[in-house]
Amino acid sequence: MAEAPGSVGIVAPQTAQFEQGLELACGRRLPRFELIYECYGELNRERSNAVLICHALSGHHHAAGYHNEDERKPGWWDDCIGPGKAIDTNRFHVVSLNNIGGCHGSTGPRSINPETGRVYGPDFPSLRARDWVNSQAMLSDLLGIEQWAAVIGGSLGGMQAMRWALSYPKRVRHCVVIAAALKLSAQNIAFNELARQAILSDPDYQAGHYLDGESIPRKGLALARMIGHITYLSDDAMAEKFGRELRSGTFDQGSESRVEFQVESYLRHQGSVFSENFDANTYLLMTRALDYFDLAREYGDDPVAAFSQAIASFMVISFSSDWRFSSQRSREIVNALIAAGREVSYAEIEADQGHDAFLLPIPRYRDVLSAYMQRVGDGG
Amino acid sequence: MRQDLTHIQQWIVPGSRVLDLGCADGQFLLSLQQKRQVRGLGLEIDPQGITASIAAGLNIVEQDMDDGLANFPDNSFDTVVMAQTLQALHHPHLILEEMLRIGQQGIVTFPNFGHWRCRWYLGTRGRMPVSEFMPYAWFDTPNIHFCTVRDFEALCHERNICILHRHMVGGSGALSNQAARMWPNLFAMTAIYHISR
Repeated sequence: MAEAPGSVGIVAPQTAQFEQGLELACGRRLPRFELIYECYGELNRERSNAVLICHALSGHHHAAGYHNEDERKPGWWDDCIGPGKAIDTNRFHVVSLNNIGGCHGSTGPRSINPETGRVYGPDFPSLRARDWVNSQAMLSDLLGIEQWAAVIGGSLGGMQAMRWALSYPKRVRHCVVIAAALKLSAQNIAFNELARQAILSDPDYQAGHYLDGESIPRKGLALARMIGHITYLSDDAMAEKFGRELRSGTFDQGSESRVEFQVESYLRHQGSVFSENFDANTYLLMTRALDYFDLAREYGDDPVAAFSQAIASFMVISFSSDWRFSSQRSREIVNALIAAGREVSYAEIEADQGHDAFLLPIPRYRDVLSAYMQRVGDGG
Repeated sequence: MRQDLTHIQQWIVPGSRVLDLGCADGQFLLSLQQKRQVRGLGLEIDPQGITASIAAGLNIVEQDMDDGLANFPDNSFDTVVMAQTLQALHHPHLILEEMLRIGQQGIVTFPNFGHWRCRWYLGTRGRMPVSEFMPYAWFDTPNIHFCTVRDFEALCHERNICILHRHMVGGSGALSNQAARMWPNLFAMTAIYHISR
């Protein structure tokens, strides 16, 4: 069903071509590329109401609404984007894209390398968050958006939003950073490496050239997702959702039937669905970009010096049970902004859903984001 | 607006940077922004207050003062305001020190526990005062560190905190305010202090 109240309804993605290519942080050049994106809500005459959504690790351009009548689930952030919702499409022109390196329509490892005529695969250039931001800026130019009313992102998306505020200070009025961090911790990187090794050690990975062969590294990708998924949930959320419920088998003595816990079945299902819809090379590339990210590296490792470059007002949001990007990481962002004398608001939302909370309809989260977007819309 | 807040405004330099500790729904900070064009930041822990402040277009940081204020650099604000919050802190004396490290000046307001009604209540009933102004029972109150006007001034003296101005609010009538100014420790319901190093 499509026309649910508060939905942007049926939406169609568009594709932008960039023949001029892009110089990447790694020193290589992406010769020409495409970005797939969606827009919701009207751009006003002053072109002052545009909002950019930056997606997280496994996100894409389809953030709100439905692609067709039969689509079962709406876009990944439909809870927050739509008429009358926190990011109100009656007020804002929302742009959501799939980043380069992605696997949902923008140029990525599955695309043909124009220089070789073959699929990029593992040879796709390594990317940094700033490459995404630079390509997003090119899209902004194409759309005639000189300045974003707000750049918004959760998790890896929040990192892009912060990078925007430093790389293009005049082009960002408000920066909304949700469940993010200035850089990953060693534990974060360790989990990412575990996920990468799961993919790399799948025989079907074929050194990344699996698209030339018969099969794709489903098992590796599924396992990578299962690992990631555990870190996105909290202990409490898993206890609440699954407890020690059994899906099959019994603990009865005298029975050898193997038990299967609900949580096992759930994780396998999540992994399996993901492995059908995602690209292994993209996953490797995205997690590496996440690991490399360090907002303050080029500012003498001083986040205060980094944020001194910014002009935007910031809204930072974290979730109490998020241990992947904990509230402490968000407070580091806030404290650096305070010390840099920037405008900043911060809310720590009580929620037991872990890192995943940033995608879920949590009343206080919705209220805080709505209130801040009200300010963005009022030009404050 | 509360009488203590109205009085504070005149001590705020137009265009200055103001940190409001325990800003509630942000109405005071908002009026300072409108009337004094200050660059304001509020601290609050109440979710409703935070949302209301954000909706009012203010910069609000969710932070518990009892965890300290070490994240604020020295002299990063012109004035640090703390209205009716001193008595609810675990370490009021340390927060006073922090206010004057972070700001050039501080403004503090608190309910005066030396007010004659408190003394009368305690003296006649032998029980902790409960009133419209201080409506909590002793076992369930956020106000864990009540003090009197004289207590506060003694603390300032001890800590070398300079009192620039003080203003006493006695109640709603002119007479009670006059009495509060003459005998603050007995007649002030709310004490307002403008302090610095």
